[in-house]
Amino acid sequence: MSTTATVPHGPAGPAPAAPTTERPTTDIVRHWTTPIALAVLAAVSLAVFALTASGKSATFRISTDADAIHIPDIVVPTIAAGWTITLLLAALAVWGFLQVRRSGTVSGWVSAVFAALFVAGFLVWVVGAANTTTVFLTGLIAGSVTLAIPLIFGSMAGVLSERAGVVNIAIEGQLLAGAFTAAVTGSVTGSVWAGLVAAVVAGVLVSVLLAVFAIRYLVNQIIVGVVLNVLVAGLTSFLFSTVLSSNSSALNSPPHFPSIRIPFLADIPIIGPILFDQTILGYGMYLIVIALYIGLFHTKWGLRVRAVGEHPKAADTVGINVIRTRYINVLLGGAVAGMGGAFFTLVSSSSFSKEMTAGQGFIALAAVIFGRWNPIGAFFAALLFGFTTNMQYVLAILGTPVPSQFMAMLPYLVTVLVVAGLVGRSRGPAAAGSPYVKE
Amino acid sequence: MSAVTSESTPASTPGPQGGGAGGSGRKGGAPNGFSFRDVLSGNGTVTVLAILLSLVISAVLIILTDEDVLEAAGYFFSRPMDTLAAAWSAVAAAYAALFRGAIFNYRGDTFSEGIYPLMESLTVATPLIIISLGIAISFRSGLFNIGGQGQMIFGAMFATWFGVHLQLPAGLHLLLVLIMGILGGALWGAVVGFLKALTGAHEVILTIMLNYVAIHLVTYFLYTPVLQREGSTNPVSDFLPSTAVFPLLFGDSFRLNWGFVVALVATVFAWWLMKRSSVGFQLRAVGANPDAARTAGVSVKRMYVVAMAISGGLAGLAGMSQVSGTEKMLNTDVAGSFGFDAITVALLGRSSPWGVFAAGLLFGALRAGGVTMQTETGVPIDIVLIIQSLIVLFIAAPPLVRMIFRLPAPGSLQARATADPVTQPTLAGAVAATTASADGHVAPADSATIGDADSSTTTPAEGDQR
Repeated sequence: MSTTATVPHGPAGPAPAAPTTERPTTDIVRHWTTPIALAVLAAVSLAVFALTASGKSATFRISTDADAIHIPDIVVPTIAAGWTITLLLAALAVWGFLQVRRSGTVSGWVSAVFAALFVAGFLVWVVGAANTTTVFLTGLIAGSVTLAIPLIFGSMAGVLSERAGVVNIAIEGQLLAGAFTAAVTGSVTGSVWAGLVAAVVAGVLVSVLLAVFAIRYLVNQIIVGVVLNVLVAGLTSFLFSTVLSSNSSALNSPPHFPSIRIPFLADIPIIGPILFDQTILGYGMYLIVIALYIGLFHTKWGLRVRAVGEHPKAADTVGINVIRTRYINVLLGGAVAGMGGAFFTLVSSSSFSKEMTAGQGFIALAAVIFGRWNPIGAFFAALLFGFTTNMQYVLAILGTPVPSQFMAMLPYLVTVLVVAGLVGRSRGPAAAGSPYVKE
Repeated sequence: MSAVTSESTPASTPGPQGGGAGGSGRKGGAPNGFSFRDVLSGNGTVTVLAILLSLVISAVLIILTDEDVLEAAGYFFSRPMDTLAAAWSAVAAAYAALFRGAIFNYRGDTFSEGIYPLMESLTVATPLIIISLGIAISFRSGLFNIGGQGQMIFGAMFATWFGVHLQLPAGLHLLLVLIMGILGGALWGAVVGFLKALTGAHEVILTIMLNYVAIHLVTYFLYTPVLQREGSTNPVSDFLPSTAVFPLLFGDSFRLNWGFVVALVATVFAWWLMKRSSVGFQLRAVGANPDAARTAGVSVKRMYVVAMAISGGLAGLAGMSQVSGTEKMLNTDVAGSFGFDAITVALLGRSSPWGVFAAGLLFGALRAGGVTMQTETGVPIDIVLIIQSLIVLFIAAPPLVRMIFRLPAPGSLQARATADPVTQPTLAGAVAATTASADGHVAPADSATIGDADSSTTTPAEGDQR
């Protein structure tokens, strides 16, 4: 290292003092894309939410008559709300420009508040323009969470293995394998817990294949993921057609996890049903997200995992076993995704059906990226995707001007924008995708 | 060191390592002699064994799920031969039906009945070959195009619109529809290349996301007058007029149409593009090593757009060949699972045009035969997916196949791994090294691009020869 000054083409790169002497004035790198995107979205808000508001009022029902705590309906006049929200969004966009001029980047809360306001503006506009201008907000949100739970499990699997440097495209296959084995084992044993354990095992098995091929045989991780998805889809469909469909009462009628309602807390409006009226899997999902967040960012284990994902050679140099860390994380990811798969057959649907995960593994992957490989971020991204999926159904019932297909493609478009860095910037672990070979 | 060596040691039978080009360094030239060892450890053998192994594993699945076998297994210990006989007949019946449905129906009365399955296989293989060529070109360019599905949908969408809404003379109309199909796919692919070039976004994520956008877009258009058949409430388009449809190749008794000729032409084009044209040379240079290509004056960013446009254009052509060939109309399922199937075909074909052509024929035959197998023996067509994915898994990890069949390792792996540790620790390096001796030249290992995964026979070495 110290000889770089004397060796012109030395391997160690430029002399240490070079970067500061080359560009002494440009300490701040300014990222203008985010405020520009905010401005564009504010303009969209002006053009759509404010100028094409229906003039009616959107009614949001929060509690039913049966609820213990009764909250009156919220009635929002669309025109006033459209203009108010547009003005607020414009103010935030301006604030974003100022922030970039001052410090180079837009702070996270500006984007978060902006996103929340934008969603609110959209909701008011779309409900106000519908044939039925009343929507049950609590149900909308609770339904979104239900739809998001498998996505969240899947994205946690993605976070686990990608943080250790193994790209997991096989989330879809892990979910599907989990759903299948949970259904079969649950039906045979009659026990939900046996079904859950079997789903975890199935998820881990898919992960074993992923890990062995990607880590041991150094096969490209994306190839393995893609092929594993095909393999699991083929296997489950094959077994479904040959064994399950002819004998569905014995093999494909799994028991279901009951909802466990926590008294009093579950009566809290809006968040009560989401947080305190879930199945074991639902509660487990919250625990896993929190545990993973703390584990990754506040423990020695997490530091090591992230080191392996960012710079395996450096991690190896300080004595971390890169290969073992990757194996463990990929397998853990498979276990988590398996649980997510169990949610399909042990909670949300009555039985297994062919390719029932229908691309949710890929949405989970999108949530990982959208959430910037952070468990909390991925959690909220998955919630947002669950919300847009649920909005499709709700909008279809309400009869709105927005075609459901556009609602459906929103998560994917948003992810494209995020990945392309047009809204924020999402960078994965540096070593994700490349195998590590110890020298 | 351990990971590389440990994978080859159990695979290698004891004996002298390194026949052929092994260990002769980075620019290892052609081997002096072509020994049997090279044949055994080379590409072709691994491919054949991978196919065999997949068929065997699938046979096990068929046996395990066959009702007669299960019944006979109930009294296995009193009459074990019954189980074996049932197992044999289950597998024999299934694979015989697969053969009859894929290649030659020896139960047919006339020659045309006998040959029908082969024609059907070629028909099914047509779009698969075309889209896989596109995927292979993206692989060779170091890009991982998982968006074949979306690009195929766009091609089909464009082709359908121009097919249904225009009235033109026969040849001209078909040509226009064909060009529009290519254009639609190329546009959707170029978006990805453009975004990658502009922002550095990863094409895998972009293509997966754009697949779903394309699916929802085509569904939307099929529910609106843009594409929906008049008077229909289902998401289907009008039938294409006969002027926009590929004529049949061998008369009315077979579905095989001129689309297959287009597939042949596309294969020749892909071969010419990658092996003979200057654009193809630049694409391969980018695929082999973007940094080196940039240093050599290649605009890597432009090549990303070009590669994705060509790749998407071929996918679009595949969509068009569906619409103008067998389907004659558009529905939401036009791309089916072609996007992912194409990846397996491209991998099996080692991303070389004629390899892809052969692999496409094989998987097309499996598809066509799978239908017959399902109707005649009740073995679900899903087994084809299993066979397909297993084949690719096995050929992706040659050491695994060698270990299973106790084949000698090519020897170069170990030697090169020690000699050249910096460029070695990648799949590209590992695979290139394993295949190097059979090919007679060694591909420079590139550590950065994922697209190299498939490029076990990539020929950047040819760059040196040019």
